Amino acid sequence: MIITRQKDLQEILEKIGSGPVFLVGCNECATLCGTGGKDEITALSTLFASKKIPVSGSIVLDPACHLLNSKQLLKPCAAQVDSAQIILVMACGNGVQTVAELYPEKQVVGGTDALFIGEVIRAGVFEKRCSLCGDCLIDKYGGLCPVARCPKSMLNGPCGGAANGKCEINAEMPCVWDQIYTHLKKRNQLYLLKAVQPPKDWSKSREVKVSRDHQ
Amino acid sequence: MTISNLAEALESGRFVVTTEIGPPKDCNPGKIREKAELLRGSGVAFNITDNQTAVTRMSSLAGSILLLQMGMEPIMQMTCRDRNRIGLQSDVLGAAALGVRNILCLTGDAPSFGNHPQAKGVFDVDAVQLLHIISDMTGKGVFQSGDRLSGPCPQLCLGAAANPFAEPLELQLMRLEKKVDAGAVFVQTQSIYNLERFTRWLDSVREAGLDRRVRILAGVTPLKSVKMAQRMKFHVPGTDVPDAVYERIVHAADPAEEGYRLAVETIEALREVRGIHGIHITALFWESIIPQLVRETGLVP
Ligand code: SF4
Ligand code: SF4
Repeated sequence: MIITRQKDLQEILEKIGSGPVFLVGCNECATLCGTGGKDEITALSTLFASKKIPVSGSIVLDPACHLLNSKQLLKPCAAQVDSAQIILVMACGNGVQTVAELYPEKQVVGGTDALFIGEVIRAGVFEKRCSLCGDCLIDKYGGLCPVARCPKSMLNGPCGGAANGKCEINAEMPCVWDQIYTHLKKRNQLYLLKAVQPPKDWSKSREVKVSRDHQ
Repeated sequence: MTISNLAEALESGRFVVTTEIGPPKDCNPGKIREKAELLRGSGVAFNITDNQTAVTRMSSLAGSILLLQMGMEPIMQMTCRDRNRIGLQSDVLGAAALGVRNILCLTGDAPSFGNHPQAKGVFDVDAVQLLHIISDMTGKGVFQSGDRLSGPCPQLCLGAAANPFAEPLELQLMRLEKKVDAGAVFVQTQSIYNLERFTRWLDSVREAGLDRRVRILAGVTPLKSVKMAQRMKFHVPGTDVPDAVYERIVHAADPAEEGYRLAVETIEALREVRGIHGIHITALFWESIIPQLVRETGLVP
């Protein structure tokens, strides 16, 4: 799922000014990330109220990134949205843009940073898995992605900097090449790594529109 | 005719010495010239680093040209951190046009290590791929895309780096082999402080038959101070400074003298190791020690 982190509260407060503000959350990724679910929207509403910033209303979309669906769900909120100066969207950047597209006359601001496509390692802990490169290579690496998970996207083996299985640029983070190695060794498939991986085709990462009929 | 003095020396089987010059964080060519003058005669060719440890400096291409103007031979370092394949190939052509004949291909340190941690690391290709790309330019006259060069192919002697202390060894050897297959004629290793571990690595390299396919220049970096020993032991990724070596520097009355002695001993020991074809001395910010080091160890007359 899309992993988000709430922006600094101070930054959010600066963005919404003196309101009134209408809040939008998302029932999917942002809920699991604890950035824009029902609980967070309620907490923010209470906090804004305590700071005397009027809140005209709120909604948790399901999901925020579905234009037609969001349009439907927002219909009953028309009056609340209307009386707001600012719409604060606590969803990924896609969700923010969905709402902005629905209300071109309103000031729509985002309250999160979208970080990556990632896994829920355990409650509240997320790890990057994919950076949507457009040309998936993971089969060559036993299902572990060096494009997204190695900070240098090394496709032909690890750099020389890992220590005790941890990445040279962050000792908290496993070196994905160490994981690829351990995994493929167990499966007797290390030979897979002998093939030289040519420079990656990034042209597909620039696609901006795709339709189902064309697949 | 061979491509470069370095290529000629590597082919001849002579024991080769290369050293390194780090360009300054300004545009003063005098700083490169001064270091170069100091190192003249201390090696057959001189690495010019490419924004090493991701700190912005004068470009390795410019540094290489300054060296050429002094009649000295550069090994231009090229990392994949700051340029995509278009920029890299363009600089290969430019460097070759200006007389650069040796290129060392590196993936490069991530920006987070340097003085612009907020920069975007490019890493469009890695060192193995860069070697392939340049080999295709020199050998087949084609760019990475398959497009043809419109005129003469650059003539270049290509090198790579290897870290004998990196794990897992099996993967590291695979990667080294990929570099050799991709056209690396020589490799310069990470600085060696743990001789025993280095020798074990070399045994595996020999077992894989790689020592017959590539010239191995063993890395030596004299430790100048306690602070530097600390940095090497605890902070520089991929180095292995054993406790005994570390203690020796830390407890020395004169750490610089002890560091120098250690380098002398290391070089003398390395010369006896089968499978090594030369020494690569790095003493960034202590270049002045190199002439004495190579003379005392008999590396140059
Ligand atoms: S190779 Fe690309 S698409 Fe596949 S997991 Fe990695 S980043 Fe995602
Ligand atoms: S330590 Fe591993 S994950 Fe980190 S940059 Fe090197 S190869 Fe990539």
